[in-house]
Amino acid sequence: MSHILTMIAQRLALGLVTLFVVSLIIFLGTELLPGDFAQEILGQSATPETVAALREQLGLNDPMHIRYLGWLTDIVQGDFGESLANGQSVAGLIGGRLVRTLQLASYAAAIAVPLSLVLGILAALFRNSFFDRFANASALSSISFPEFFVAYILIFLLAGANGAFPSTAINISRGDPNFTEYLHVAFLPALTLTLVVTAHMMRMTRAAIINLLSSPYIEMARLKGMSPMRIIVKHALPNALAPIINVVALNLAYLITGVVVVEVVFVYPGLGQLMVDSVAARDMPVVQGVALIFAGAYVLLNLTADVLATLSNPRLVHRR
Amino acid sequence: MGFLTGLLWLAAAIIAAMAAGWLFRTAAVAVTPRGVSKELKTAPLTASFGMLMIIIYILVAFLAPVIAPFSETEVVGPEFMFPGDDPAFVLGTDNLGRDMLSRMIYAARNTVGIAFVTTALAFIIGSVLGLLAAIVGGWLDQLLSRTVDVLMAIPALIFALLLLTIVGTSIINMILVIAVIDSTRVFRLARAVAMNIVVMDYVEAAKLRGEGLWRLITREILPNAMAPLVAEFGLRFCFVFLTISALSFLGLGIQPPTADWGAMVKDTATMITFGNVTPLLPAAAIALLTVSVNFVVDWQLHRASGLKE
Repeated sequence: MSHILTMIAQRLALGLVTLFVVSLIIFLGTELLPGDFAQEILGQSATPETVAALREQLGLNDPMHIRYLGWLTDIVQGDFGESLANGQSVAGLIGGRLVRTLQLASYAAAIAVPLSLVLGILAALFRNSFFDRFANASALSSISFPEFFVAYILIFLLAGANGAFPSTAINISRGDPNFTEYLHVAFLPALTLTLVVTAHMMRMTRAAIINLLSSPYIEMARLKGMSPMRIIVKHALPNALAPIINVVALNLAYLITGVVVVEVVFVYPGLGQLMVDSVAARDMPVVQGVALIFAGAYVLLNLTADVLATLSNPRLVHRR
Repeated sequence: MGFLTGLLWLAAAIIAAMAAGWLFRTAAVAVTPRGVSKELKTAPLTASFGMLMIIIYILVAFLAPVIAPFSETEVVGPEFMFPGDDPAFVLGTDNLGRDMLSRMIYAARNTVGIAFVTTALAFIIGSVLGLLAAIVGGWLDQLLSRTVDVLMAIPALIFALLLLTIVGTSIINMILVIAVIDSTRVFRLARAVAMNIVVMDYVEAAKLRGEGLWRLITREILPNAMAPLVAEFGLRFCFVFLTISALSFLGLGIQPPTADWGAMVKDTATMITFGNVTPLLPAAAIALLTVSVNFVVDWQLHRASGLKE
């Protein structure tokens, strides 16, 4: 068991190193920003004296590595600085929106993961049938569709004057909706994300199971007279778990970042919307904070995928 | 009832597409010289349809000023007209009263052209560095591979947004940013493919003959790494195209008044709640092109893997 712990520790360390380099890239980005940071904050009308005073106050006159260390210590303590646009603390801006984005991503995952597993198993069971071909073709097309196309088709079909669902999720930012209200308002964004990720997960599930179907022990089970459903669920699925877990985690990581476009379409008050607004305004501290959080979530999910895939394989757990 | 008619329309569209694919394949087999037509015969209907669509897109992009009824940026009528309201504007007008059909046609030129340039740039950077890493090996390989590992740990769209904040939003910046990000993916593939080739005996022989680095890359390794790289080019093009459309949709990519499908969806988005399909048209144009390219790539990949068996 100890080498599993060692492996997890190694992966964690690697993830930390990655995050460190990411923070370095994000910080250096600000350094490369053309023009003076203090000038940028104060605008065109600032006198040279006020600019110099602000530079002093922000510590911009210190050498680069000292400022980087200061910035990093602040972030580790949860202080992301202040927004250039409105002077609010970035941590405060991010906090509530992070929860909203995670809610949306888990809502979509709660639909997409079971759906794609069931569809993948069915496609493997009825392979080369009409159902299988239809599922494959729609998977290929849904990968090629831009997210906003899927989103607007859903709005066109399910929202509008006499539709069952609201076409924007802007109400979430106004009141604090209760659970059922939230499910109703956020249904279309969640469904869009579901449609975007389901195809890939389904295809990989099908491929992972079909890969195993030619192995001798499956042949044996078939000759014993087991039903095809039982062969797949009882015998093939446990061995196909590792690739399936991997692709599920990858798609969850995609969900975290894929929310950007979907949030903008549905005016959903999440991190992605915040990031797009801040990029347009070149509000560097906010973009840095959000990018760091997105990168952190992405790295963490990839790491979880690695560890879980290893744990699901007894040969790797009980290695001699 | 509405659902059933929708399904019927979908089925009709699929049948029409397959028929078009079949017609195109038959015509293409008849016109092209022998070697090409032999390969074309093996194309499935989906791939034939894909090729037909790609050719149409290219033609529209090149002939844009000839086909388009109005100019790209001219305000020609009232705002927010539905398709079919006025026979002069077949697809209606957008939020400023510009003709949708003309802008769709010009956008084929702008969006597809920019996506193609970006992909080509990403490919040149990625494959040259990937091949170099595989041939030279040692510290260069380590340095490049570790850098790419870290860059790939940041989600692509987030990274693009971050870099665009730093350098500011403009078409040139967007091309460079996306090319750099996508070249990391190309690097991975090019390096993996070349790794299997550099250990071959004939490469060893070429090295002993005293061939230089450039000649090694262009004459010995590249010809044998071409097939997977070409398929990857198609897939990359789809990703780049979708990223550019997404950025333009977010208002951070191709800037107005240049016509672009992603930005056109954004401009006309409010019309969808009034039951107007206009915003879906540019989005569908994006989807149709990516699906077509994917169909063709799928066929090529299948062919490449079939030859190995």
